[in-house]
Amino acid sequence: MSMPFGYASPEQIMRDKADYARKGIARGRSVVVLQYVDGILFVAPNPSKALHKISEIYDRIGFAAVGRYNEFEELRLGGIRYADINGYTYDRSDVTGRGLANLYASNLGRIFTDSIKSLEVEVVVAEVGDGPDGDAIYRLTFDGSVFDEHGFAAMGGQAEAVSTRLKERYRESMSLSAALEVALAALTEPGGERPPVTQLEVAVLDRNREHRKFLRLTGSRLERLLPSADASAPAPAAEEGEKPPPTGPEGDVDDGSSPL
Amino acid sequence: MASHRDLPAGLRDQLFHNTGSSSFTDFVGSYAPELLPLRNEVLATPIGDQVPHATTIIAATFAGGVVMAGDRRATSGNIISQRDVEKVFRTDDYSCMGIAGTASTGIEMARLYRVELEHYEKLEGRTMSVAGKANRLATMIRGNLAMAMQGLVVVPLFAAYDPAADAGRIFSYDVAGGPYERERFDAIGSGSIFARGSLKKLYRDGASADDMAMTLIQALYDAADDDSATGGPDVTRKIWPIVSVVDADGFRRLSEEQVTGYVERMLEARLISPDGPIAPLR
Repeated sequence: MSMPFGYASPEQIMRDKADYARKGIARGRSVVVLQYVDGILFVAPNPSKALHKISEIYDRIGFAAVGRYNEFEELRLGGIRYADINGYTYDRSDVTGRGLANLYASNLGRIFTDSIKSLEVEVVVAEVGDGPDGDAIYRLTFDGSVFDEHGFAAMGGQAEAVSTRLKERYRESMSLSAALEVALAALTEPGGERPPVTQLEVAVLDRNREHRKFLRLTGSRLERLLPSADASAPAPAAEEGEKPPPTGPEGDVDDGSSPL
Repeated sequence: MASHRDLPAGLRDQLFHNTGSSSFTDFVGSYAPELLPLRNEVLATPIGDQVPHATTIIAATFAGGVVMAGDRRATSGNIISQRDVEKVFRTDDYSCMGIAGTASTGIEMARLYRVELEHYEKLEGRTMSVAGKANRLATMIRGNLAMAMQGLVVVPLFAAYDPAADAGRIFSYDVAGGPYERERFDAIGSGSIFARGSLKKLYRDGASADDMAMTLIQALYDAADDDSATGGPDVTRKIWPIVSVVDADGFRRLSEEQVTGYVERMLEARLISPDGPIAPLR
């Protein structure tokens, strides 16, 4: 059977798009989202003070993203508009993380099928409930798939390695400082150096706060939560002696200096 | 931009369309204009007297902040339509507003204004300046001018903590907008004349938040004393004014017990001298 010149099967096109998006996402640094006793913690190594990877969407809903800044910024702004318009139309309690995750999923999915280039982003929508049972962490990938994560999620950069380290250390109902310690340990390669406080973007959704649960942790408030440098926990025994997994992502390392 | 009603179900592209404006009101106006409290409708007859009216709101600055208080009465003509209405609203962490005039439009406006401030803060990643907040509210009031001419008047009083000056600031408005920044104190609503007269004599520069809250309770009592539309403390039902403080620690509404304390102290003193504290002559 003769094929027209330049023909590519739909399967091939989808595969190429997915590969392209995956490469773009792996180029950046990882972001970690996990549950702690009073809510949900977001941690992102991010040297830029201006370009946030973590943001407030609504009273109980937070947002974290990796990948292309301009692309996830559009998603963030759209999410805020969605949440505010629904909270204003109905009631503030009628805005849910699930609704927002569905909106993102349908948009990501449509862009993945319709456009030549899919979005090179991965997004977490997290919602804090009245108790730990009410917490929800949704992870969305570039093709619009939604993953309902339990307890923690890692994305971007060497997401699998980070996720493995996170899984080993994660416990239920950790204190905030313990959860931060776990997040930083997961974000640091074995034997690697931790990012300095000034290059960390940290925020929480704290269920005990009034009105708006989202709070950025910066400056001295963050330093107090961090363990002192010499007291940092040794790597778990399982990893000792093993050759560390390959860590250098393909392409340029995202140092946050470029908006792209 | 068309209303969302014109789009096929499930298509919500306008949410992701960047208009270049961080204003929630502008966004609602293009996305779902029927949701805005600011409408240009022509009523067959003015309905001013038939809908509940919110009455007196007062605010005064103290050292490092501002206190706002409102009585609890809503009236329609000569009828008391509600005894425990709430007319002082938190608008963001460092500001609050009180409304006088048509209660329903005012409450809707306060709700919209809160989202407006928060929307800007989330989109821009910074808090709006106090002057910016005051100006946004002015635009909103001006948008209601057509309805105000038909009897649905809403006039707010806006108070905010300004971190740049480490002080409270008060802004008042008229039916066509504003803002007019007020030094020290201001009052709006039917009882405002009497409250302002009382505040003029009782206000002390550099007072504490505690003293200023007491001053406002006194002024509200004086307003209720002379204005039939302003509700005094309802002793039998235990309904007291709403008192809110905004300072460097943010907005907080005083608890029921705290306000009860102020009101009981005031009532006790008024049993002896019904006209309240006497300002020194010289």
